[in-house]
This record gives sequence, structure tokens and C-alpha cells, in this order.
Amino acid sequence: MSRLVCQGQGARQLAGIALFAVAVASLPLATTSGATLNFVMMALYATLIAQAWNILGGFGGQFSFGHALFFGTGAYIQAIAQIQGGINPWLALPLAVAGSAAVGLFVGALCFRYGLKGSYFALVTLAFAEAFRIVALSVPFTGGGVGLMVPLRESIANMQFATRAGSLWLVLGFVVTALLVTWWLRHGRFGAYLQAVRDNEDAARAVGVNPFRIKLAAIGISGAFMGAAGAFYVQVFQYIDPAIAYGSVTSVEALVAAIVGGMGTLWGPVLGAVVLHVLADLTRNLFGELPGINMVIYGTVLVLIVIFLPRGIAGIGLSVRQLWAGSGAGEARSKSDRQRKST
Amino acid sequence: MFDPAILFSSTLNGLTTGAVYALIALGLTLIYGVLHIINFAHGACLMVALYAVYFLKERLGIDPYMALPVVMAGMFVFGYGLQRIVINRAGHGKDENILLATLGISIVLENLALLFFKSDTRSIDTAYSLSTVAIGPAMIAVPKLVAFAGALVASALLFWLIGRTDLGRAIRAVAKEQEGAKLMGIDVDHVYAMSFGIGLACLGAAACFLLPAYYVNPQVGGGFVLVAFTIVVLGGMGSFVGALTGGFLVGVVESLGGLYLGESLGQIGIFAIFIGVVLFRPQGMFGSKA
Repeated sequence: MSRLVCQGQGARQLAGIALFAVAVASLPLATTSGATLNFVMMALYATLIAQAWNILGGFGGQFSFGHALFFGTGAYIQAIAQIQGGINPWLALPLAVAGSAAVGLFVGALCFRYGLKGSYFALVTLAFAEAFRIVALSVPFTGGGVGLMVPLRESIANMQFATRAGSLWLVLGFVVTALLVTWWLRHGRFGAYLQAVRDNEDAARAVGVNPFRIKLAAIGISGAFMGAAGAFYVQVFQYIDPAIAYGSVTSVEALVAAIVGGMGTLWGPVLGAVVLHVLADLTRNLFGELPGINMVIYGTVLVLIVIFLPRGIAGIGLSVRQLWAGSGAGEARSKSDRQRKST
Repeated sequence: MFDPAILFSSTLNGLTTGAVYALIALGLTLIYGVLHIINFAHGACLMVALYAVYFLKERLGIDPYMALPVVMAGMFVFGYGLQRIVINRAGHGKDENILLATLGISIVLENLALLFFKSDTRSIDTAYSLSTVAIGPAMIAVPKLVAFAGALVASALLFWLIGRTDLGRAIRAVAKEQEGAKLMGIDVDHVYAMSFGIGLACLGAAACFLLPAYYVNPQVGGGFVLVAFTIVVLGGMGSFVGALTGGFLVGVVESLGGLYLGESLGQIGIFAIFIGVVLFRPQGMFGSKA
């Protein structure tokens, strides 16, 4: 593929991101329906955590089962900075993001230093999330099992918006930033290194890539976005407790949405998050509010996708395009190569 | 710091819990050793078995110890089917896919339980639930002693099954050299599913020993899953002796950790062991290579 074509594709994707941003941002101007805006906001929130997971899992090939670790850390920093530190939420946000990234770097440094990968990495991240959950239950400054309540003070200066539109724009800002970072991963040098490490660590090392540093950077970026999601959660729901912060629901939602949509792709996590939320909404309309029904659906979809569509929904479009382009070009490339070139 | 009598009884309690942990871990390590997959749904399957024991007792009045063969057989069939119908098809040659599939299964099982049985914590009443026996200065609950003995017997049976029977020979052959086993006429898919079934049957036995002194709720498996993984990595993935020793060790650590650090913070010890072992000694105590 020539450089020119690459640039063309990159520019098209950037235009796509811009279109997405404008379209979603103008939604509150088109409708004032609280239910619709709420749905879009929650889908965007799911997109954000899915994209965060995708950076490490999809592009880096490191499957984390404990991404709630970073989410919860961001959420707690955001809440504690306001409640106990009296810090303005807008100033707390960078702290939350930095804190989560730091936890990511710490866990990553431990895991990657000792060459953990595959299932072991997944289990260790889960163990860290569980350990943090227990610590959060036991130490005084998190409020223990009772949780922390952020006082309600609606104003833009306080990052608490009177309408859903404000929260929607805020999370949209995070999502667009994550999309731009993902775009950079697909087209920049660092992303190429990261995918090289994912596909063949030894080969990457042989051509001079330092896998440790590359993976470390990826888990740091991934953790930062997860922290932003945690901070957003606290600002919108004004409450956090150890089960919400470090429980498995967030970890699961992030990875399921990314895998269902298509790992290592730009639009996959968006697609996955929207599909999951539409499914969850449909079942809510069919069966009413039942505890656990969402997770039953997420789990079922995950198993079905792993069995029948291991490349996710984004993989379908890709296969169709390859069929269209004819078999010649498709067969010449290796499978992982094709995966990398997906949208 | 503590009275030796308290230490003694705490250690003894840890050993009885450890025996059940060992039984759970044996199932996990068998599945890992043969199929080379990590069954993330192990805890959720234990939860299913615990509910089975609970409803057999509550609805049909069957004593948990009498229910043992039924629950074990049921879990075996469940495991055999699960492996053949779902897990076997999810691999596509990548370990991560199996892990994701078993994660999906565990999410589905746990939340189906939540959907049907609500999040209530349930326990059963038996004549022996509250009776205790004195061992030296320690008072040990009778169900815990039965669990200790039962888990040891079940483990011995598993050792015999793997070491002395034709099925065990086939399982070991597949674990060591899958291609060679296939050439010798062993139906590998069948052996995989048998191993998975036996692994879950261990959970069935563990559930029968556990419930008289324990409880069940939809999330109960989550606590066991990391404990079981800790034991398995501690003992060395795929090692039976390791799982048995690791089980006792973790049971005692948990019990003593609870004594010194309090009930909730005591669990930290287990995660610390897990993270430490995986990072610094991934081959475990008895494994040769990770």
C-alpha cells in the first residue's frame, strides 16, 4: 500500500471523526428528550471505556480483565479531591487522569517487567482490581462500604450540569479525544510499534523496538482514559463505592464492547458500545427492569462473538470488502496483517 | 501476639477450608493440565453446584451428603456439554479466546442466578450444622470436619482415576502429546470433554461438603475463582500434588490473615500471594516450567 493511499485513508478517517463529533454534539439541539439524551450519554460513556480497553487490548494484545482498576482510581481521586481537598472538579479531572495513568504504569511495569502475557496478565489485572476493592472497603478516606457522596452543586464551574446536554458534551469530548488517539495509533509510528509487539514480540525486538516501553506506554494511555471515565461517572452520578469503582461490571463492559465491535479498529468500540446499549434497551422494554438481565445479554453476546465472529462486527464489513476486492490481494496477506489494516 | 490455642484452632480451621479449596483447585488444575485452558467460569460453576445442593435440600429434602452422587453426576454432564458445545468451538487457536468464552459463561451463569434466585444469600439448616467437636483446645464444626475428610477422599479418588484407569491413561496421554494420542486412536475431543466434566464433578463434590457450613448467592463463585487460581499457580499449573498442598496453604493463610488483619483485609493476603507467585515464580512450587 503506497504512502499516498495511506494518507488518503487517514484523512478520510479524520473527516469521519469530525463528522461524528459534530453530529453527536448537535443532538441536544435537535431533541430535548431526556431519555434519548441519556441513552446517547450512556452509550458514549460505554464507548469511552471500550476505547480505553481497545488501546491496550486491541492494539497492544494485552487482555485486561481488571480495567475497573483504573476506572475506580479515577473516580475516587475525582471524588476525594473535591470532598476532602476542596479542589474544583475541573482541576480534579487532570489529577484523576494522571492518577489512573500512574496506577496503569505501576501495574504495567510489574507485569511487563516479568513478561506476563495472555491469560496470566488478564488474571493479574483482575487480582489487582480485587485487591484495590478490598483496600477501598477498609481504608477511612474512601468512606468504606458506605461510599462517597459528592454534594450536589449544579453549575458549569462545578462540572455538574443542569441538563443532560452538558454531560453529553463532556463525555463526547473524552470520546473524540480517544478516537483521535486511536487514529494516531493506526497511523503513527508508536501505533505501528505497538501492533508489531502484539503480533510478534520477538520479531519486534529484533528490529529494535523495546516491547517493555511500548506496552508500558499503552497501559498508561489506556489507564488515563479509564480514569477520565471514572471522573465523568462521579460527576454525573455524584456517588461512588468500592463495588461500583472496582467491581467487575466496568471491566466486563469495557472489554465486551471492544471485542463485540472489533478489537484494534477505530470504530469497533463505538459500534460495540452502541450495539450493547441498544440490546440492553430493547430487553428493558421487553421484560422490564430485571436485575442482571443486561449482563446475561453481554455475556451471551461475548460468547457468540468469540465463537462466530472473533474479529467483531467491524470484521464483517472487512470480510465483505475483501470479497469485493477479489481473492488475490486478500490471500497474499497474512491474517493478522489483514486485521491490522481494518478500519 | 495471640494465644497459642487461638492460633491452633485458627490453623485447624484453615486446614479444613483448605481441603475444600484443594478439591476446587484440583478440578481447575485438571482442566488446565489437559486442555491447557484457564476455566474462568470455575467459580460460577461452583455457584451452580451450590444452588443445586441448596434446592435438593430445600425442595426435596435430600441431605447434602446424600445428594453427592446426584450433584457430581449433574455437574459432570453439565461440564461435558459445556466443553463440547461451547468452549471447544471458541478457541480458534488462541488461549485468549477460550478465556473470553469462559468469562462470558461465568457472566451468564452468575446473572441468570441473579435473575432467577435474586441476590439473597441462602443457607441450609441441617441437624449437624451447628454441632462441634473438640480437638485439643480447638472447637471445630462437624460439617468442616466432614468436608476435610470428604475432600481428601475425593482427591484420592481423582488420583486413582487419573493414575490407574484407562480413562486416566487417555487423559494423561492427551495432556502430554495431543497429536500422538490422536494417532493412537484416542478421541481427543471426547477426552477434553471428559476432563472438563470431571473437573466440574469435583466442584459438585466440593459444593456438597461446603454448603452445610457455608452459604450460596449469585456472586459466591467470584470469591472462589481467584482463590482457586492462586492455589493452582502456587502449586504449579497442572500439578495435582501442588493443588492439594496449595489448597491447604492458602486455607491456612486466609484463616491466619483474617485473624491478624480482620475479615475483609485478610483476603488481601491471597491476592498478594497470587500476584507475587505469578510475577516471581510462575512455575509454582512443583511445576517445572510455566
